[in-house]
Order: sequence, then structure tokens, then C-alpha cells
Amino acid sequence: MALMNMIQALNKAYHQEFARDERLVTYGEDVGAFGGVFRVTQGLQKAFGEARCFDSPLSEQGIIGFAIGMALYGMKPIAEIQFADYIFPGYDQIVNELAKMRYRTGGKYSSPVVVRTPYGGGIHGAHYHSQSCEAQFLHTPGLNVVVPADPYDAKGLFATAVESNDPVLFMEPKRIYRQVKTEVPEERYLIPFGKAVVTKQGSHLTLLGWGAQHHQNMEAAKQLEEKHGVDVEVINLRTLNPLDRNTIFESVRKTGRCVIAHEAPKTQGFGAELSALIMEHCFLSLEAPVHRCCGWDTPFPHTLEHEYLPDSPRIVHDILKLLNY
Amino acid sequence: MIRFEEFTGVSLVDKKANSSMHWKMGTGQGSMKIDTISYLNEVGVLSPTCKHEIPDTSLLKMYRAMQTTRHIDERAITLQRQGSITFAMSALGEEACSVAGAAGLEEGDWIFSQYREAGILFWRDYPVQDYWHQMFCNAKDVNLGRQMPNHYASPERNIVTVSSPLGTQIPHAAGTAYAMKMRGDQKVAMCYFGDGTTSEGDFHTGVNFAAVRKAPCIFFCRNNGYAISTGLERQFASDGIAPKGIGYGIHTFRIDGNDVFAVRETVARARKICLDGEGPVLIEAMTYRRGAHSTSDDPSLYRPEGEDELWEKRCPVLRLGEYLKKQKLWSDAKDKKLLKEIQEEVTKAIEVAKATPKPPLHTLMEDVYFEIPSALQEQYEELKRLYPGRD
Repeated sequence: MALMNMIQALNKAYHQEFARDERLVTYGEDVGAFGGVFRVTQGLQKAFGEARCFDSPLSEQGIIGFAIGMALYGMKPIAEIQFADYIFPGYDQIVNELAKMRYRTGGKYSSPVVVRTPYGGGIHGAHYHSQSCEAQFLHTPGLNVVVPADPYDAKGLFATAVESNDPVLFMEPKRIYRQVKTEVPEERYLIPFGKAVVTKQGSHLTLLGWGAQHHQNMEAAKQLEEKHGVDVEVINLRTLNPLDRNTIFESVRKTGRCVIAHEAPKTQGFGAELSALIMEHCFLSLEAPVHRCCGWDTPFPHTLEHEYLPDSPRIVHDILKLLNY
Repeated sequence: MIRFEEFTGVSLVDKKANSSMHWKMGTGQGSMKIDTISYLNEVGVLSPTCKHEIPDTSLLKMYRAMQTTRHIDERAITLQRQGSITFAMSALGEEACSVAGAAGLEEGDWIFSQYREAGILFWRDYPVQDYWHQMFCNAKDVNLGRQMPNHYASPERNIVTVSSPLGTQIPHAAGTAYAMKMRGDQKVAMCYFGDGTTSEGDFHTGVNFAAVRKAPCIFFCRNNGYAISTGLERQFASDGIAPKGIGYGIHTFRIDGNDVFAVRETVARARKICLDGEGPVLIEAMTYRRGAHSTSDDPSLYRPEGEDELWEKRCPVLRLGEYLKKQKLWSDAKDKKLLKEIQEEVTKAIEVAKATPKPPLHTLMEDVYFEIPSALQEQYEELKRLYPGRD
């Protein structure tokens, strides 16, 4: 075990996976010699050669489409989109080709590509280096969407993504790339998709989140316990598709209250789907309406990003209000 | 690395015999004049500049595959009009591009096609019966009825499933070709698309990725004059598609797409360029879509009078037939017999496909993922309750 940040954990995972499986190829804008703008692929080109780790032309639709073609021929490409905000030129390739390949070909072909992309706010990145676009991909059958919340998650989920028979959108919360450190095992390990983790047990209310938001949720739970005697159960979802419904439902049936927090705008965010699911499956256990504490329905701002983000003080405020419903 | 000079330097155009093949495109000052490679003229006379080594058996096989393609297209349109199938697209007038293009490749090469290249299937001995199962989108359809008609595939023949969005297969072909190169396989990927598709971003990025990574990929554009109703002059201001290949720094050829010799020989040559490590090749095949875009289209609303008649004379099938007759390899009697054979085989296959049931219920839920996840399994149970007695 070693204390690592998420960049180090992902970089370690990359080296281990590349040494283990020669079908692996990775590329994207500045991914080669430079090691990516966040340095996740640092040292890979030197260790495994330019053919397996290279700078690609600056075209997101090309990056995704090229990866699909490689996967059709049995390779295992890991394509990096430099910022999730720039994934949209590749949206057609992801939604119409990557996600549908197995289905539309009658199971004759598949393209289990891993698309890695840093996402989320809190780094002064304004509209185009801050967005959380997970909901736009969760509406697409055929695509796994994975969001690690810490370095331990990142390494284990990355290995599982590489082994997946289905395409994976691997969204990396760049706000906590270096901020959060955890103990990470040296040896390879897998974290299964579709298994959430209850990071804090509680009895008064269930608080759901993923990625960087999870740390705001943990901070809010701590404040609520220390200052208000409120006992919140906090769940880190880890993978949004597949979704660990059972862990969510069991928790909400126990607490009777639920707050969902995410950085993406509230309207049509993944919180809406979670809220609907909880209503369908936990209706008789609910003591209050399911509440969403999210980004406002505006473009992601620059100067006022802290007023935009559903950080811990806002979560504390909303939870106290909901407990008095 | 502009290869324009190299191209014109080796141009084998029989200009006299084929002067009518020159399309007028690109009136801008900067437009390049790119010659069209053509060997077989409209009356079936082969230019002496064509030093081909195509065996007679291959020529006859190409002819049969082209006639088969033409016949199945005719039948499909009729079946759609009768309400037996939902949709049909025809390759009328463009059969040389698919058949002779596939003939220029080797068996192990992969083909990414659009939807007007059924001829590649018949060149690779695809069963006519399977073609009709796909057209009826029934339980025996290669795609299990999940896509529209004309979305064929034959994985065992390295023919990748057609997809409706235009041009998405172009970066796929580039990626597959790069994978072939990484693995050291002596194979190429060939990718078909039309003139309209070259306006899509996928065309530009796919060609550029292949060019930069020197992927052994042949980009075969059927310039058939129309994207549904939109003609070339409203599609691009360049002199056709060939200058775009030159712009991306790759070997580029413009050929007569209705001439099986020009198509087959150029594809074979492109294949060699690819395997010699010189990167991808773009081929612009000049042809004409004599049919409608699809059964949902009406070309009489936009097609100038006389245009079809002009191209009927340039028919790739008739042209090859004339040549074969001149070579004493073919006759009107043999032609009649062949057409009867194809017709009978197709009629039988249509009957079988028509009588084949719809895909079973479980095909609606399978293959979204490698395994049906529990949340989808719940929906599947609900579906089964709605349709009791169906599997």
C-alpha cells in the first residue's frame, strides 16, 4: 500500500494493465510524450512504444471512431478526451456507434472501448472546463458510466473497465485529481461495476453522490453530525450505469429520507432518474419528498463557481430543511 | 507531401475514348484538374494501356455478381411497393464500384460499406437467401431484425455491418486498418461512402487519422452525383473529392467508376501502396445513381431530363457484357440463361424469407450489453408478461 493521488493511481493502473495485455492502446490529444495535460499517461510511451501510446490529431469524433475500429479488430483502446466539455464532437460516435455496436450488429461485433475523460468543476475552468455531462450519456443504453471518487476507486475501477466487454465512459473528477489521497494497493485489484459503497452509516437521511461531489457530501455529513446531531448515511455510487439500486433502496427504506447531490444542472440531471427510482421502489418508506441539491440550471460560471456548486454548506442547509418537512 | 504530380504522372486515362467521362466540377481558380483513369469504354473496348492479369473466370464472376446485384435491387423495390418489406435502396448503375472494388481486394481484407454496395457480398459468395433474410429483417436476419433493410453484413467474409449514420464507418475503417498494421497482418481495410458523406466530419477526421498513422486503409468514394436530391454543386466547391485526399497528404486516384477494369486495377494498386507502408489511399470513382436514393425518394422532382438516359449508355454491366462478348467469353444465350437462374434463385429465396417468422422477443433485450443487467431483466420480465406465449 502507498499513499497516492488519483493521477498517480491511474498512472500506476495504466502501467500495470499495459504490461499485462498487449491489446491495450491509448491515445488522445497530447497523450503521448507529454503524458496528457493532467499527466495520467506519463511515461507510458517510453515504456510501451509510440504505436501503443500516441498523440492523436485534435478531433474528438476521430478519437472515438478510430477506437471503435481498433476494438472491432480485437484491440483494447483507451481513448482520452482531454476535457469532458469537448466530448460532444464525438457524441454521435459514442451514442450511435460505440453504445449500439453489439445490438445493431446482432451480436456479431462489439466495441468495448474505454473512453477516459476528466470532468467537473471547482478548478476555475468556466463553461468549457467544468461541466458534468454524465446524464447525457446515461440516457444511452449500451454504455457503462463510471465515476471514481478517490484514488482507490480509480485504480480498481480502471482495471474493471479494461476487462469490460462493454464500452465504458470513465469520468475522472479532475477537481480531486491531486487533492484527495488514499492508500492504494500496489497489486492489481478489481472493483466490480454496479456496487456502491456506503462510506458512512447513518439513520436520519440518505445522501447520494459520486465523483468529487462525494467529498462535499462527506464534509456535510460531518458538519451535520458535529453541529446538529444529525446522522446521515453517505453513499458513493461509483458506477452510474450499472447502478447499485439495492444499496440505494435499502438505505432509503431504512432512513426514510434522501438527498441527491450532483454538480450538473438540476433539470434532467441523473438526480431526476434516481429520485424517480426511489419514488417507484421506496414510496411507502418515504417521510419526505426526495430532494435534489444540484448545480443551478445555468451554464457553468467562472467567477461565481462556488455559488454554483452544491458544496457542503448548501447540502447542510438543504438537509436541515428537509428534516423539518 | 503532395502526391498530385505523382498521380498525374502515372495517369492511364484513355482520353480520346472517354472524353465524356470528365465531369465539370470546381470552377474556382484554385481548382485542380485531376484526370480520370478509364480503361473500358462505353461500347466495351478495352484500352491497350490496360495491362491487367484478371483471369477470365474472375471477369465472368464479376459479371454474375453485378447482374445478381441489379436483379435483387429491382425485386426489393417491387417488394417494398407491395408492402412486403419496409424499405429498399438500389445500387442501379453503380454495381462496378462494389463488385470490382471487392475483386481488387484479397479475402482477408475487411470491407466497411455504406448501403449501396451489396455487390461486395455477391463477389464474396454470400448466399442470396441470407440477403433476403436481412431485407425482410426476420429471425434469420444477420442483425436479428434490429436495423432496416440494406444494412447487410457478413462477419465470416470480413464485411462489417452497415450503419445508417453517414460516414461513421470511415474512422472505424481507419482504426481497424491501424490495428491490422499493429498486429503485422498483411491486410487492408476498405471503406465505401458516397459524395455527400465527404461533407461529414467523420470523413475528414477518418482520412486524417489514417494518413497520420499510415494505416493501410482504402477510402473508396462513389461519386454518384447526388446525396438524396442534393447535387454536387450544392455539396462542395472543390473539384470533386480527389483534391481532398491530396490535401490530406495521401495517394489519390480518380477513376471511371463504371469501368470494372479501372475499379479493380486501382483498388489492387491501392492495396499494394497500403501494404508497402505508404499509408492510406483515396479513390474517387465517378459514377451515377440511376435509381432513387431509396424507396422514400422521388428523383423526378430534381433530376434533369435526359440525365438518366445519358448514364444508361454508360452502364457498367452492359459495358462488361459487351467486352465479354467481344472476347467470346459470353453470349446473349448465356445471358438469358444467367438471368433466368438468378431470377429463380431470388424468387425462391424471397418466398423462404417471407415465410420466416419475426425475430423472437428475447432479441429485443439481448446484446444491449454483454449480459442482460438486472435492471433490464426486470423490463424483459414485464415485456414477457405483455406478450404471453412468446419467447
